[in-house]
Amino acid sequence: MKNDPVDVLIIGAGASGAAVAWSLADTKMHILCLDQGGWMNPAEYPSTGRDWEAKFYGEWSSSPNVRKRPEDYPINDDNSPIKVVNFNAVGGSTVMYTAHWPRLHPSDFKVKTLDGVADDWPIDYDALTPFFEENDRMMGVSGLSGDPLSPLSHPPMPPQPLGLSGPLLGKALNKLGWHWWPSDTTVATMDYEGRARCINLGHCTPACAQGAKASTDITYWPHAIRAGVELKTHCRVREILTNEHGMASGVVYYDKDGVEQFQPAEVVIIACNGVGTPRLLLNSVSGKFPNGLANSSGLVGKNLMFHPYAQIYGFVKEPTDSNRAPPTCLWSKEFYDTDLSRGFVRGYGIQFGRGAGPVFEAVASEQKGILPWGKDHHRVFRRLNGHRLAVSAICEDLPEEHNRVTLDPVLKDSHGIPAPKIDYTISANSRKMMDHALARGREVLDAAGATDICINDPIPWGGWHLLGTARMGTDPSRSVVNEWGRSHDVKNLFIVDGSIFVTSGGVNPTSTIQALALYIADQMKQRLANLFD
Amino acid sequence: MSDVKQLTAAQRADLRTVAAMIVPESAEYRVPGADDPAIQADMLATLGRDTALAAQALDHLAQLAGKPLAELDEARRDAVAQEFRKHGGAAAATLVRVVLQCYYRDDRVLRSLGLELRAPFPKGHVLPEGDWSLLDPVRERGGTLRRAT
Repeated sequence: MKNDPVDVLIIGAGASGAAVAWSLADTKMHILCLDQGGWMNPAEYPSTGRDWEAKFYGEWSSSPNVRKRPEDYPINDDNSPIKVVNFNAVGGSTVMYTAHWPRLHPSDFKVKTLDGVADDWPIDYDALTPFFEENDRMMGVSGLSGDPLSPLSHPPMPPQPLGLSGPLLGKALNKLGWHWWPSDTTVATMDYEGRARCINLGHCTPACAQGAKASTDITYWPHAIRAGVELKTHCRVREILTNEHGMASGVVYYDKDGVEQFQPAEVVIIACNGVGTPRLLLNSVSGKFPNGLANSSGLVGKNLMFHPYAQIYGFVKEPTDSNRAPPTCLWSKEFYDTDLSRGFVRGYGIQFGRGAGPVFEAVASEQKGILPWGKDHHRVFRRLNGHRLAVSAICEDLPEEHNRVTLDPVLKDSHGIPAPKIDYTISANSRKMMDHALARGREVLDAAGATDICINDPIPWGGWHLLGTARMGTDPSRSVVNEWGRSHDVKNLFIVDGSIFVTSGGVNPTSTIQALALYIADQMKQRLANLFD
Repeated sequence: MSDVKQLTAAQRADLRTVAAMIVPESAEYRVPGADDPAIQADMLATLGRDTALAAQALDHLAQLAGKPLAELDEARRDAVAQEFRKHGGAAAATLVRVVLQCYYRDDRVLRSLGLELRAPFPKGHVLPEGDWSLLDPVRERGGTLRRAT
């Protein structure tokens, strides 16, 4: 079935797709977004039920391979120590994330210049500054301006309370003389733009029933739809087609009834994340593009960066926030920048966790062997439960071509579309960085008086940040899109998600992903008269 | 993996036994064991997508025991349990998780832990503000951002 053509077709309604849709809406072009998922119903979110913790092991797992909702696609990540986690719905993975909201630092855009590794970005931090600010207003950020070791931000809402865990960690970090600061988050600490303030449901990551945590289904999308953007749900795109001029002509997708449709478009924008985007491009094979669309460089799917997470946690005598607060509270940039005396290049941010709920604590501690079976179980559990403090280092992953997304020769999704396959190893540089971070984390926990120290090295289900697989650059032989997100090969094809990252920095990337999407939309609007030149 | 829809009577019996080994009843803390009938009923009613792996784990346990787990003497049962947990892999982990996730939402257990018997939403929790003066040393130390130029 063929539909009426649209001016702009956006694939994916998550973090970046929503931002670019909202920004382009003021052009009054006919904009359509297709998403394989649907609208979520907050009344069904886990924290509304007594079984809220159990759901995280099943239908609300962060892994699509465990969750297996109809909207999910399988991912073969057997050949990776870090497993891919995501969420497929309107709002994408912003429905299911910790809402931790740092920005990449200015130095992250000039890695080659500063440290002689990887590549510089073709843009700098200053180019993104106005879009960071705009995005913070749209998503609704809480935080405390003035962090001496983070880029200056102006959160429109005050920070989350330090709670019980924050002061325990702050005192420990002060003993060590290390930097720390309350995290910027997209958790509303006051009523904001129709969102109710946070009431500390605690179980924030698998979606916020209160609507205090920003996800783009409740931030950007209502504005974009009011401005005329059309959003079709449960539509899974199979491939992008091209015409005789080598331009994208539209997409083939399966609608909610499984019927194959063709949607013509003048401009196609991909916003499917660092795994979904290369999967779509590699599935879009034609005579003119035999190795996949936009892949003359051969780099589509390569340079996958995850951020290996090195986590260390322990248990203090004092009560912590446990499950009675958002999961993270502080960050530290003490080890963010390169210091070669540490034995590795680049660095890591640290995010500090407030604690865990009783089921999670019981399951995790039993698996780690610190919670025994038998008569001692009760005594030990009461010492652990509600007393956890966690230190998680987000290690900067440098791009390496052998870390990649390809198409699995066997595995397919429910529509028969080849699934992505991940091949990934942790580099020697990352390994040294993780060891350093674990040693420093132990010092923090020692200073806090924690015992029963446990390690997740890496956090196995920690592949939240999917970056680098369609990198941006000015050289078409070394990049997939140019410095404003347009494919070098297909001049009406744009990519706006985390796959265009050149390097990963050492922080959660969603703030930067959305600022990039807004920047690209702005570049497109400035060039509408000659967008394809 | 087999398409197991529910546990057999023998598997349910072993589940009761192993659950009590993981979390026994405690008079001191005034809590039931995980073999309590209400907690067992919760496990069976909500096993759902975990049924196949739980059944696989219980079959493994039965193989190690050679007879119903409850019929083994305590020393032998403990040895079987240790072997099961050490080499049981994902199936054993799933079974243990099923036991714990049902145990730690039981009203009597939550009450003993001093936790409220409710879902987080809509009441939420109150978070103390904390001592913001702890940030003063960080402010005093200051710092600068690294830049290329």
